[in-house]
Amino acid sequence: MKYSPWSHERAVALLATLREEKGAVLMALQLMQSEFGYVDKACVELIAQTFNKSRADVHGVLTFYHDLRTTPPPPHEISICVAEACQAVGARELERDVKAKFPQETRESYCFGNCALGPAVMVDGTIIGRATLEKIEVARQ
Amino acid sequence: MRLFIPGDSAAISVGADEVAAAFAELLPDIEIVRNGSRGALWLETLVEVESPTGRIAYGPVGPEDVLSLIAADFLQGGAHPLSLGKSDEITWLASQDRVTFARVGIIDPLSLDDYRAHGGLIGLHKALMLEKDSIIDEVAESGLRGRGGAGFPAGIKWRAVSQTTSVEKYICCNADEGDSGTFADRMLIEGDPFTLIEGMTIAAIAVGATQGYVYIRSEYPYAISTLQKAIDIARNSDWLGNRVLGTPHSFDIQIRVGAGSYVCGEETAMLESIEGKRGVVRSKPPFPAIEGLFGLPTVINNVLTLSTVPMILAQGADFYKARGVGRSMGTQVFQLAGNIARGGIVECAFGISLDELVNTYGGGTLTGRPVRAVQIGGPLGAYFSTAQFETSMDYESLIAAGGMLGHGGIVVFDDTVDLAMQAKFAMEFCALESCGKCTPCRIGSTRGAETIDLIIKGVSVDENKKLLLDLCEVMTDGSLCAMGGLTPLPVKSAMINFPSDFNGARR
Ligand SMILES: Cc1cc2nc3c(=O)[nH]c(=O)nc-3n(C[C@H](O)[C@H](O)[C@H](O)COP(=O)(O)O)c2cc1C
Ligand code: SF4
Ligand code: FES
Repeated sequence: MKYSPWSHERAVALLATLREEKGAVLMALQLMQSEFGYVDKACVELIAQTFNKSRADVHGVLTFYHDLRTTPPPPHEISICVAEACQAVGARELERDVKAKFPQETRESYCFGNCALGPAVMVDGTIIGRATLEKIEVARQ
Repeated sequence: MRLFIPGDSAAISVGADEVAAAFAELLPDIEIVRNGSRGALWLETLVEVESPTGRIAYGPVGPEDVLSLIAADFLQGGAHPLSLGKSDEITWLASQDRVTFARVGIIDPLSLDDYRAHGGLIGLHKALMLEKDSIIDEVAESGLRGRGGAGFPAGIKWRAVSQTTSVEKYICCNADEGDSGTFADRMLIEGDPFTLIEGMTIAAIAVGATQGYVYIRSEYPYAISTLQKAIDIARNSDWLGNRVLGTPHSFDIQIRVGAGSYVCGEETAMLESIEGKRGVVRSKPPFPAIEGLFGLPTVINNVLTLSTVPMILAQGADFYKARGVGRSMGTQVFQLAGNIARGGIVECAFGISLDELVNTYGGGTLTGRPVRAVQIGGPLGAYFSTAQFETSMDYESLIAAGGMLGHGGIVVFDDTVDLAMQAKFAMEFCALESCGKCTPCRIGSTRGAETIDLIIKGVSVDENKKLLLDLCEVMTDGSLCAMGGLTPLPVKSAMINFPSDFNGARR
């Protein structure tokens, strides 16, 4: 996935597009992450100002949601579903193998809605069913 | 002549895009429709050819099969090892009773013409000719209950919102679909998104709402993209916006994307999340019907609940309630998942047996080993053993059998499963996803996982089992919502139905 390098001006411009939205704080954090790959610490203050919230409010939202991260992402993102239906077809074992090979890139997820064709994995936003280490390696390229 | 190659993300996950690309290259003059999936997911990629006597199916097709299919003259229905005959005569599909999923896999999801040609918008046009109360009467009369988990009658909820006097009201569609083993909301949205939009529009007219939100989980990027396109099309064709289909009603829909939190599927946590806040569960009352999103009266319904409404309006309440058993009326979109040979969507009337779903439709396990356990209703649902396979699949019978239907997901495990590990996972998942408001849920879940660990290790097994049961009782009684309140369900059902996994010595 391609992200822009962090830019204060770009962040300000993007946040301005959400001014009219109701309850925009979570959307704003998501927008920052989809643009820059993560939520830079400067965003908390910026979002608080833009939407007239306290920094504590914004920080509270930022830390509640599993998706949001505050450090730049690895070059590839491998999300492995480790929920029950995928466990039933070997997701735990797959996770162990993938983690051993790509420790920085691997994270756990809970269900991509592909539970009849598990194990399900998302590699850089592309869904893989009946996933194996080999399939993941191919998708990563 | 047209070729149908599903663009559903489950099909894509096993190569549908590659198959479509290969056909596009070799057969440049043939129109390829990226339909939704018919739901027979083990047959994906299911390629269908249009013929004068109906569609002919081939599957599961991989990119490596494309050349041989063309050589076999499959466009004329030629014989091939992957040939499945006429799509409508595949028993697995033909024996189902598709109501909510009637169009999924059949139509081009983003063609309004296709949608209309297959009965779309009839329900909305009918609703526009009725009094508001008559719309609600029809929905109430049909017996439709919430498909998100709680099974609350949709008509009663709508009436409560309708009777409020607020000028601003909301329709919120819950598309968070967090339960493992469930994918019907996703497939409906990817395969027939206009049905959801139509259902939300009918709800809006019935209760007097002007704005709708669909809260979709971020794990569903394909569904988000399809639904956004469908909303844009509906806006550009005078459906959504200021004058709904030329009437004085105004209604629009916005998508809000989740951020990886299971508890945000709980309706009040979802409202908090749409409001941009932490997904902390609210205490009720006030109920969302009275004070919901941004403090205003709000209808909250699951994707399937709303998407069934157009069919009910179009065909009448009697058509719907003729199906099902007792107070479980109509059809349920069951989802067969996990270690299963023939997984996918089985929509049929309530009252089918668990055995029929898992064995007749599902064909047993994928690994070919014996089925040992089945979890019904997501991470908060019970683990059933094969001794309970005659259970009738409806709201009441499942509760009587010590479980719950939830969103209709059925996850199958073979005989290598360790139910103590599954029970431990249930507690860990609760610890991970708890919103933090209640102590039994926030702390109890961690203690629960530790206690199960001790049982697995064989440490003071009897005392720890008793402790675990006590803890479950505290969680059941002392939790505000079903996250903490129902986590004991998978744990206790595992202990009761699979006692040998909890005796310390591993099987
Ligand atoms: C922890 C938790 C998670 C839930 N997740 C969902 C979900 O993902 N989708 C859903 O429709 N309902 C979910 N529910 C149920 C909702 O709270 C609510 O009952 C439902 O959205 C109402 O719509 P319905 O009446 O059409 O079912 C969840 C409930 C709890 C307690
Ligand atoms: S039971 Fe758990 S998730 Fe539900 S309100 Fe209490 S702490 Fe939050
Ligand atoms: S449980 Fe893994 S995709 Fe649903």
